[in-house]
Amino acid sequence: MLTSADLDTLLLTFKVASISTALMMVFGTPLAWWLARTDSAWKGIINAVVALPLVLPPTVLGFYLLVMMGPVGVIGEFTTWLGLGTLPFTFAGLVVASVLYSIPFVVQPLQAAFTTIGKLPLEAAATLRASPLDTFFSVVVPLAKPGFLTAIILGFTHTVGEFGVVLMVGGNIPDKTRVVSVQIYNHVEAMEYSEAHWLAGVLLVFSFVVLLVLYTVLKTQPVTHQLK
Amino acid sequence: MLLTTFSRAVILSVLLLAGQTSWSASVLVAVAANFSKPMTEIAAEFEKATGHTAKLSFGSTGKFVSQLEHGGPFEVLLSADGKAPQRLVESGLAVGNSQFTFAIGRLVLWSAKPGYVDDQGKILATGGFKHIALADPKLAPYGVAAVEVLKKQGLFEKLQPLFVQGENIAQTFQFVSTGNAPLGFIALSQVIENGKIAKGSSWIIPRDEYSPIRQDAVLMKKGAENPAAPALLDYLKSAPALAIIEKYGYDLPKK
Repeated sequence: MLTSADLDTLLLTFKVASISTALMMVFGTPLAWWLARTDSAWKGIINAVVALPLVLPPTVLGFYLLVMMGPVGVIGEFTTWLGLGTLPFTFAGLVVASVLYSIPFVVQPLQAAFTTIGKLPLEAAATLRASPLDTFFSVVVPLAKPGFLTAIILGFTHTVGEFGVVLMVGGNIPDKTRVVSVQIYNHVEAMEYSEAHWLAGVLLVFSFVVLLVLYTVLKTQPVTHQLK
Repeated sequence: MLLTTFSRAVILSVLLLAGQTSWSASVLVAVAANFSKPMTEIAAEFEKATGHTAKLSFGSTGKFVSQLEHGGPFEVLLSADGKAPQRLVESGLAVGNSQFTFAIGRLVLWSAKPGYVDDQGKILATGGFKHIALADPKLAPYGVAAVEVLKKQGLFEKLQPLFVQGENIAQTFQFVSTGNAPLGFIALSQVIENGKIAKGSSWIIPRDEYSPIRQDAVLMKKGAENPAAPALLDYLKSAPALAIIEKYGYDLPKK
C-alpha cells in the first residue's frame, strides 16, 4: 500500500508540474509567437537552443545545472547576488530545472499552431481595427486552442515523468524535492519492489485517466497529430 | 629437414595459440560505485598476472541486484555491503560458500573548501551551513554509517533538516565537490590520492564511531563454470590486490 511519504511525493510532483507548466505557458507563448512570425537571423539559433533539452541526456543536463546553479556557477553567483542563495536542493530550483527541461514540449506545438494560422486572419482582424492584443485573444487563441491544449498536456506530463534532472539537482529532500519518480527509483534500489509497484501503479492509472479525459471529454487531438 | 622443422614450428605455435585462447577467459563484473577506482587498477594487474580479462560495470549495488534477479549477465558482484550478496545466495542465484569481505570502507567528512572541516569534526556541532550531504541511508551503507556518527554525537535531530541525499556515494560526492553542499559524508576512497587527501578539508572519522562498512564479493552461479570468475575472486585476496585496496583508503579484512 501507499505510505504517507509516497503520497507526499505524488502531491509534490503535481505541484512542481503545475507551477512549471504555468511558467512555461507564460514564457513559452510569446517566444513561440515570435518564432512563428519572425524572419530574423536569430530564428534558427533560438529554435536550436529551445530544442536542445530534447537531445541532451537528462542526467547530463542535470549535472551541468548543478554546476551552473552552484555557488561557483554563473547562475549561482547571479542568484546569490540577488540575495536568493543557490538553487539546487530547493523547490524553486526544481521548478527552474523543470522549465528548462520541458520548454521544447510547450514551445514547439505552440509555434506549429501559430504558423498554421498564417497571416490572413490577423490581417482581417486588423482591417476591423482590432488592437494587436485583442487580435491575439479573440482570433489567435481560439484558432490555436488545440496547440495550447497540447502544449499544456505535454509540458505537464513531461514534468511529471522527469527523473534524471531532479535526481541531479534535487538532493532527495522530503516535501521539497523528493518527487514520485525519484521515490519509485529509491524503492527499487532499496529492493522494496512491492512499494515500487504500488506507487508506479497509482501513477500509471492517474496519468491514464488524465489523458483519457483530455482526449475523449475535451476532444483534444492526440499529440502526434499536432506535431506533424 | 628444414621444411619439417618449419611445419613443426607452425603446428606448435598454432597449438600454443589455441591453448592460450581456451585458457584465458573474460569475466563480467558488477562493481559498487565506491570501489571503481581501485578495481580498475586491480583488473589491469589481474589481466597481467593471469591472462584473463575482467570487464567492469560500475553502479549502485541495489540496481545490480535487481538486474541479477531478472537475468542480468554479471558473473561476479563486488557489493557495497554484505546484505546484497547474502540476498543473492539465499535466492539461489549466487554460489553458497563464495561470499567473503574484500574491503572495509572508511567514512570521511569532507569539504571542497580548504580549512572548512576541522580534523575533529567540531564543525558538525558548530553549524553555520545550509546543507550537509550524505548517501541515502536506505540505499547506501556509507549513508547508514553517516547517520550512526551523527546519532552518536547527538546531532542527528538537529542536522536532519539540512540533509541532501545522493542515491549513491558517487552522487553525494558530486553535491559536495560542486560546492552546492558545503560539506558531506563520503567514502575516503573518493578523495584519497597516493595515501593522502589532496583537496579540500576533511575529518577522517575514527573507526569506533560507526559499524564497519564491510564490502562483500560473491560468485554468481552464472560464472561458476567460467575459469576467470573464481580466478578474479582469488586474485582479490592476493597481496598485490590488497596493496591496491589499502592504497585507496580501505581497511583490509582480518584473516
